Amino acid sequence: MSIWFEWIRMRSRLAEVQISLGRLAQAAKTVGRKMIFMEVCGTHTMSAFRSGLHSLLPSNVTLLSGPGCPVCVTAQGDIDLLIQLALRQDRPMTICTYGDMIRVPGRDGSLEKARSCGADIRVIYSALDAVRLAQRLPEREVVLAAVGFETTAPGTAAAISEAKRLGVKNFSALASHKRVLPAMMALLDAGEVRLDGFMCPGHVSAVMGWELYRPIVEKHGMPCVVAGFEEHCMAAALALLAEMVRDGRKELINAYPEVVAPQGNMRAQELMDEVFAVGDVRWRALGTIPGSGMIIRKEYADFDAAVRFSLGMPEDHEPAGCICGKVITGMATPHECKLFGTACTPINPIGPCMVSSEGTCQAWFKYHRVGVKRAGLEACTTRGIA
Amino acid sequence: MIRSAAMETGNRGEGKIVADHTQRIVLAHGGGGQLTDELIERRVLPRLGNNVLNELLDSAILRNIPACDLAMTIDGYVVQPWKFPGGDIGRLSVSGTVNDLAVSGAEPLGLALSFILAEGFAGKDLDEIVNSIAQTAAEAGVKIITGDTKVVGRGQADGIYIVTSGVGRVRRDAKVGPSRVKPGQKLIVNGAVGEHGLAVMLTREMPEVTSVLRTDAAPLNKLIAKVLDAVGTGVTFMRDPTRGGLAGLCSDLAKQSAQRVTLNEVAIPIRSESRHAAEMLGLDPLEIANEGKVVMAVEAEVADRVMEILRNDPLGVAASVIGEIGTEADGRCEILTEIGGRRVLQKPYGEQLPRIC
Repeated sequence: MSIWFEWIRMRSRLAEVQISLGRLAQAAKTVGRKMIFMEVCGTHTMSAFRSGLHSLLPSNVTLLSGPGCPVCVTAQGDIDLLIQLALRQDRPMTICTYGDMIRVPGRDGSLEKARSCGADIRVIYSALDAVRLAQRLPEREVVLAAVGFETTAPGTAAAISEAKRLGVKNFSALASHKRVLPAMMALLDAGEVRLDGFMCPGHVSAVMGWELYRPIVEKHGMPCVVAGFEEHCMAAALALLAEMVRDGRKELINAYPEVVAPQGNMRAQELMDEVFAVGDVRWRALGTIPGSGMIIRKEYADFDAAVRFSLGMPEDHEPAGCICGKVITGMATPHECKLFGTACTPINPIGPCMVSSEGTCQAWFKYHRVGVKRAGLEACTTRGIA
Repeated sequence: MIRSAAMETGNRGEGKIVADHTQRIVLAHGGGGQLTDELIERRVLPRLGNNVLNELLDSAILRNIPACDLAMTIDGYVVQPWKFPGGDIGRLSVSGTVNDLAVSGAEPLGLALSFILAEGFAGKDLDEIVNSIAQTAAEAGVKIITGDTKVVGRGQADGIYIVTSGVGRVRRDAKVGPSRVKPGQKLIVNGAVGEHGLAVMLTREMPEVTSVLRTDAAPLNKLIAKVLDAVGTGVTFMRDPTRGGLAGLCSDLAKQSAQRVTLNEVAIPIRSESRHAAEMLGLDPLEIANEGKVVMAVEAEVADRVMEILRNDPLGVAASVIGEIGTEADGRCEILTEIGGRRVLQKPYGEQLPRIC
C-alpha cells in the first residue's frame, strides 16, 4: 500500500518536474539572453545539487546560490568568540551548537579542534535541548551558539524565554541571528550582481510570510517566487521566474501556498520580537549590514552570552586566498577560487562555504563534477554577472 | 583465552570485591581470580559454550582444516547506546565480523570475542548481550571459539565494548575484488539501506521520537553462500556498506577498480520512514551505516539468477539492481537522480554532522 503511494507520488513529482522544465525551456528560448536567478537558502542549494537540477537547466539559465547558508554567513569573529568561550578556564563551559558549525574554521582552529583539546562541545538539534542540558548540568555554564535566519531565531527566542520562565541561571546564548531581507536588498543596492529574479526561501517565508519580499519587487523591480524545497517545487519556481522575465512582469508569487501564508507565523514573530530587537550585525565577507541582525533585548541581557561574559567585538579577517565572500554574493563560482578542491576540501575546509553541507563550495565539490558542461559552468562564471 | 588473558589486568581488581558483584561488574571480574572464573562459568559458557571454547585453552585450536586459503578479520564495536531497536551490540559484534568474512568469499570457521567492560555495568545487561551473541552466532552457524574479558574503571569506558575477530576458509569458487570489476557488470544490493544507522541515531539523539525503523544487523554468510553456490565466479565483487554507507562503498569501488560506477537513484531501496528520519536528522540515507546489507557486482548474464536467489531469502526480499559499471573507466561514481539529473557521489567526511535547519 505505502509502496504504491510512494510510487505514485514519485511519478507525479517527476511529471511535474518535466512539465516545469518544459515551460522553463520554452521561456528561456523566447528570452534568448542569459538569465540569472538566485536562491538564498541552504536547503535550496542542497536540494538543487542533490537532485542534479543544475544539469537539467537550459544552457542560458543559471541558478546561483546567494547568502542563504546560515553557517557560511556567520562572521569569523563570532566563531572565534565561541572558541574563546569554549576554552575558558575560569569556569566550566559547555557550548551547544548545531552540527554544521562544529567544523567552521575560526582564526585559530574550529570548535571540533577545541573539542579535541578538551572543550565540552555538544551537538544539539533544537535550541530547547540546550536549556534542558543547562538544567541537568547546574555546575556548568551552558552557551547556545545561536546562528541562522528567521528559521532558527524563533527557536532561540523560545529557549531564552523558557529559560527565563524556569529561572535557569546557567544558560545563555551567543546570538548572531540574521534577517534575510536586508541581505537581499544589500546585494541589489550594491549593484554588483546582475540578477533576473529571486527564488525566495520557503522556511523563512513560512515564519515571516511571503509579503516580506514586497520591497524587492517594488524598489528593484525584481521578480520573486517563494519556493518549496523539493525539486519539483524548485523547477516550478524557475519556470515562473523565466516566464515573468519573458513577459516583462515584476511580481511576487507564492508558489508554496500549502506552507506559506501572506503574513507568516504570527506567534513565531511575536516570540522573536519579544526577545530580539533589530540591529546591525556583521556577515562573513559582506561586512556590517544595517538592520540585518537580531540582537537580544536588554530585558533578556542575563541570557546574552556577550553581556554575561563581557565579550568584546572580535577582529574579523578572511583566510588568505579564500573567496567565500564572492561565492556567497554570487559574484564568483567555487571553481574560480584557487583553493577550491586543492587546499580547500570538505576534509580540510578553509572557508565556511566548504564546511557546511549547505555551503555552495561543498555542494559543488560533492555533487557538481559530473555534467558540469550541461549545468552551464561557463554560464555560472562571473563573466555575465559582474 | 578467557581465563589467562584476563589475568593480564594484574592487580587492578584487588580488594575491590563489593557486595553486589552478582548484579554489577566490578574490577575483580577482570582480575583473573575467582570472580573472573565465576563470570565465565556463570554468564558466558552456559550461553556460548562449545567443544572448542569449553577447553579454555590459551588459544583455540582448529583441527583438521583441509588445505585452503584463510581469511581473517577484526572489528571493534563501541556503539552507544548498546541496545537499540531491533538489536544490540552483541548482535552487531557477531554479524559485523561474519559479514566481513562472507563478503571476502570466506565461510566463517570461528569467532574470537574480547569484552571490555566498565566497572558498574549491570550483570543482567551483560547476560542479555551474551544471549544475543549466542542467538546471532546460531543464526550464522558459527562458533565462538575463544575470548577475553577486561574490566576498566568507571568512566574509563562507556559501558561495554566488544572486539570480535573471525577466521574463515576462502571458497575456491569465490573470486572477488575490485580488479575483477569490469564494464557492463550490474550492482545489486540485498535490501533497503540506511536503517541501522538511523535506528541507532534516533535512539541516541531523539529518544522521544518513536519510529518503526529497526537495525538491519544480520549475518549474511548463508545468503552469500547460496549466491556463490549458484553463480560462483559470476560474482566479481562484494562488500558490506557499513560506515560510510552506500555512498562510501560505491565511491571506493569506483576508485579502486578505476571504473565508472553509475547508480540509479530510483532503484535504490530506501524506506520512506528512513527518508523522513534522515531528513529530520539532516543526513543523507546513502551515507548511513548498514549492518545487514551486501553490495555485489555481478556479470550481467547472472544478474537475474542472483536477484531470484536473493528475493527468495528473508534477508533479500527487497533486493534491487541499483546500478552498473559504465564504460568510461574514470574511477568516478555518479548517480542518475530521480528527476533524470546527474551528480557525483562521494565518500562522506567521517563524523555525520546534522544540518542546521
